[in-house]
Amino acid sequence: MREAPMEAGPGPGTGTVTSPKGEPSMRKTVLEVLGLHRAYGSVQAVDDVSFTLAEGGSLGIVGESGSGKTTTARIVVGLESADSGRVLVHRRDRTEHRRGRAHRLARAREVQMVFQDPYLSLDPRTPVGAVLRETLRLHFPDGDHDRRIAELLEQVGLGTREAAALPRQLSGGQRQRVAIARALAVQPAVLVLDEAVAALDVSVQAQILNLLADIRDETGIGYLFITHDLGVVRCVTDEVIVMRRGKIVESGRTAEVLARPRHPYTRLLLDSVPRPGWDPRGIAEARRAL
Amino acid sequence: MTATLLRRPGLARIRTTRAPLQRLCLGFVALVVLAALLAPWLAPYDPNAVDLGNALAGPSADHLLGVDASGRDTLSRLLTGARTSLLGPLGVVAFSTLAGVAVGVAAAWRGGWLDSVLSRSTELVFAFPGMLLAILIVSVYGEGLLAPVIALAIAYLPYVSRLTRSLVLAERRRPYVEAYQVQGHSGLQICLRHVVPGIAPVVLAQSTVNFGYALIDLAGLSFLGLGVPALTPDWGRMVFDGQSAIQHGYPLSAILPCAAIVLTVVAFNVVGERWADQVARRDR
Repeated sequence: MREAPMEAGPGPGTGTVTSPKGEPSMRKTVLEVLGLHRAYGSVQAVDDVSFTLAEGGSLGIVGESGSGKTTTARIVVGLESADSGRVLVHRRDRTEHRRGRAHRLARAREVQMVFQDPYLSLDPRTPVGAVLRETLRLHFPDGDHDRRIAELLEQVGLGTREAAALPRQLSGGQRQRVAIARALAVQPAVLVLDEAVAALDVSVQAQILNLLADIRDETGIGYLFITHDLGVVRCVTDEVIVMRRGKIVESGRTAEVLARPRHPYTRLLLDSVPRPGWDPRGIAEARRAL
Repeated sequence: MTATLLRRPGLARIRTTRAPLQRLCLGFVALVVLAALLAPWLAPYDPNAVDLGNALAGPSADHLLGVDASGRDTLSRLLTGARTSLLGPLGVVAFSTLAGVAVGVAAAWRGGWLDSVLSRSTELVFAFPGMLLAILIVSVYGEGLLAPVIALAIAYLPYVSRLTRSLVLAERRRPYVEAYQVQGHSGLQICLRHVVPGIAPVVLAQSTVNFGYALIDLAGLSFLGLGVPALTPDWGRMVFDGQSAIQHGYPLSAILPCAAIVLTVVAFNVVGERWADQVARRDR
């Protein structure tokens, strides 16, 4: 089975995905992260990171590998714990881990995650329909699951034919659609996308990014987009923060930050994107100098 | 997934790459199991019917495999004995697999102090010879199949729990487990629905190998006169009863059960190893 050819979308580098209109600052805050710290031994992976995400907004976190962006995302989701700092969703603190089924489900409904590698984030033995059914059964025990599964599959551009397929019978793009559908099944307030398109090839990346933009328009879920790809950031985020060595070095509206970077590191990241007249040696020198 | 089954040194040398050997072994396993299931209908005589006039007779049309020193038909005793000889190891394997998987999953999933406690205590059992444990328990509780089965089940538990622990450690590092955690599934649900079914084939292959070892251990115990009650037909017991016949120059009634034990153990070993191989290849 192959990915059905969708709209001939442009590459993510020249994306024209429309973001929802409206001033994010006017909207209610859904996710608030305050003073996160996390150290691994002597390495400060996350150092005093704070940001807010407006309801239905989209925030990008960019930085190179090791900048602490993935650790930040994992703390927000709850897969890692912070040494200090707080993560609030709708003003409810999710860093204090209370045990019990009700708290666990409530936490899951606050934040969901789409992982980087769609080949690894699905159990190879569970068919697509069963993946969704499991989640629906957990969160909505008395819903009409068949109808909801069909709805979710349609929402991510898959047919009911794929419901019976095992992950290995699907392409990378289709698997990532399944992972997105699984996250949407919980109806979360925030969706964390950790390098969610990095493992896909460029044309499929564009399809998935378009899909994500459509879903945000429809559902009003807030996105926290973790990526190293500035093209992706330009496409799908309203605001962006740039991280380096665990610290936030720059933040602001995506268009402004990318057009007029103030911090030399942001400028370096922008210059590192290959294009005509690109000077890799100069960049390497600038990186050393920084 | 790389799975290394725990095998005893002598049998580990049997290679399973040659196709006829493993097919032959699978056939033999099926044959023995069928014989055990259908024994009451297949056996030509009552296994305990004594016909002293015929004692130590050789193979004939009446008694296909001859008669033992007490005048009992060897074929009937072999067939009926297959039931006791397979039922015992089945109990050992069932208990050690269930308990071993539970211990291994708990140790690998929780980690920390629970892992230390469970792993160290199962290693302690490893250090203690299973046969000795069985003899100890039998001498305390007296005759009967249950005591040696439980003793051996405890002795075999570390084989399963150790394998399970390493498999679960590998499995839980896979991102899909984290994905289920983010979805709000509890650890127990993830283990039961996804992790245990994932590792089951390898664990069952280990249990198949264990079946052979348990069979030989139980046969050894009943040869020593421990466990199986005196009149119950059992392969190990038959070897013991046949000793005097060998001294009289009629070895058939002792050699046949010996051959049955050895062939069955080898067959289970080969089948189990082969199974693990196939699982490993499929997952690659």
